[in-house]
Amino acid sequence: MEHTDINHAKQVVFKGLILLGVITIVEVLIALFGNGHLIAGMTLPKWIMYPVMIGLSLYKAYFIVYEFMHMKYEIQGLRMSVLLPMLLLVWAVIAFFNEGNHWKHNRQVVQDRNQIGIEQINAMPAADPAHGQEDHSDHEH
Amino acid sequence: MDSVAVQSNVAENDQNLWEGAKEPFKASYGKLMMWYFLVSDAFTFAGFLIAYGALKFSMPTWPLPDFVFSSLPGGIHHAPLIFVTIMTFVLIASSVTMVRAVQEGHRENKNGVVFWMGMTILGGLAFLGCQAWEWTTLIAGENMTVTTNPFGTHVVDGVYLDDEHGHPYEAGATPETFHAGQTYLIHKDHDTDEWIQRRYKAENGAVAQQAFGPKAFGALFFFITGFHGFHVFSGVLFLLIIMINAASGLYAARKNGYEMVEKIGLYWHFVDLVWVFVFLAYYLL
Repeated sequence: MEHTDINHAKQVVFKGLILLGVITIVEVLIALFGNGHLIAGMTLPKWIMYPVMIGLSLYKAYFIVYEFMHMKYEIQGLRMSVLLPMLLLVWAVIAFFNEGNHWKHNRQVVQDRNQIGIEQINAMPAADPAHGQEDHSDHEH
Repeated sequence: MDSVAVQSNVAENDQNLWEGAKEPFKASYGKLMMWYFLVSDAFTFAGFLIAYGALKFSMPTWPLPDFVFSSLPGGIHHAPLIFVTIMTFVLIASSVTMVRAVQEGHRENKNGVVFWMGMTILGGLAFLGCQAWEWTTLIAGENMTVTTNPFGTHVVDGVYLDDEHGHPYEAGATPETFHAGQTYLIHKDHDTDEWIQRRYKAENGAVAQQAFGPKAFGALFFFITGFHGFHVFSGVLFLLIIMINAASGLYAARKNGYEMVEKIGLYWHFVDLVWVFVFLAYYLL
């Protein structure tokens, strides 16, 4: 990579600028269109929007690491020692998102029991589901 | 793997030694350690973003980003995600100018390095300025803090009983309706400084008051974007130091040339990389 031809170098930079800019615009357009901000009444289902936006973001990340950070030109060992540990995050995402769902479920169970036991809670603002959100207890494993 | 080749290389060229050892991964000590620092930093950011996801999943409702982040400077509202898109472009542009600075470093063009690093610093400062405006809007204008989140979300369809100032609708006025999943902002009364939680009537006839949104939303927002902003801020400081060093001719005299520019470049691209995921998690999904 030493003494790269300056025209080629500028080309890489220009390509990166356009690519990252266009992907960002596409992502924002999908978010706006999908949530009905561009055409009234038109929305996209989340199962289409989310994978597309996540995929485009991962591509941006790949491009930044491989082109801008020159990971492409490093040897295999360096690449693997940096990228393989990131795979641990896959399990972290699965485990913690699952855990989050579990917290929600637990809170619902507690709330239902309270409502069965004490009728008057229904009439009080404290029984409002949104109010219960304020404590996301850590000891509900 | 190709230890023979490396060894012969070592024998020929003492400059490639790390104090007597072979150079692992054919990368200099500084660059390799920068990579491993970035790995550890990636885990820190991932911890924050995964916490965001877990807490979001644990709440019955979550504020819609295209409602929360819809202001523009100049008093413009209802422009969902436009301002954060501009912030993203600013950061991408500064990443691109950083690539140019590294390229000029390879060409040992001192003035080019200084110029493009200067542009990168301007980009970083512009991003920080945007973030300062965003925080100011949320804190001073919309009263969101680490412990208070006035962005709530309806869980049912219904109709408001109070107008925006918290007073019951007068006879003959058309009351505002809302749908489940719609996010609202609880305002503060300018005179009394008290929250105006509008009363509403749900579809099933129950009367209730606007509830506050999940607290974690505000706390996570300020910690995640604050931690990222702190990275940008320290990045700008390091860029400044290295730009001054480059301008002074320090790196022209060094054996490894402009490697410091490459190292701060790695860090700067990483900051952009993290923003890709902050942008995805906080603003898009």
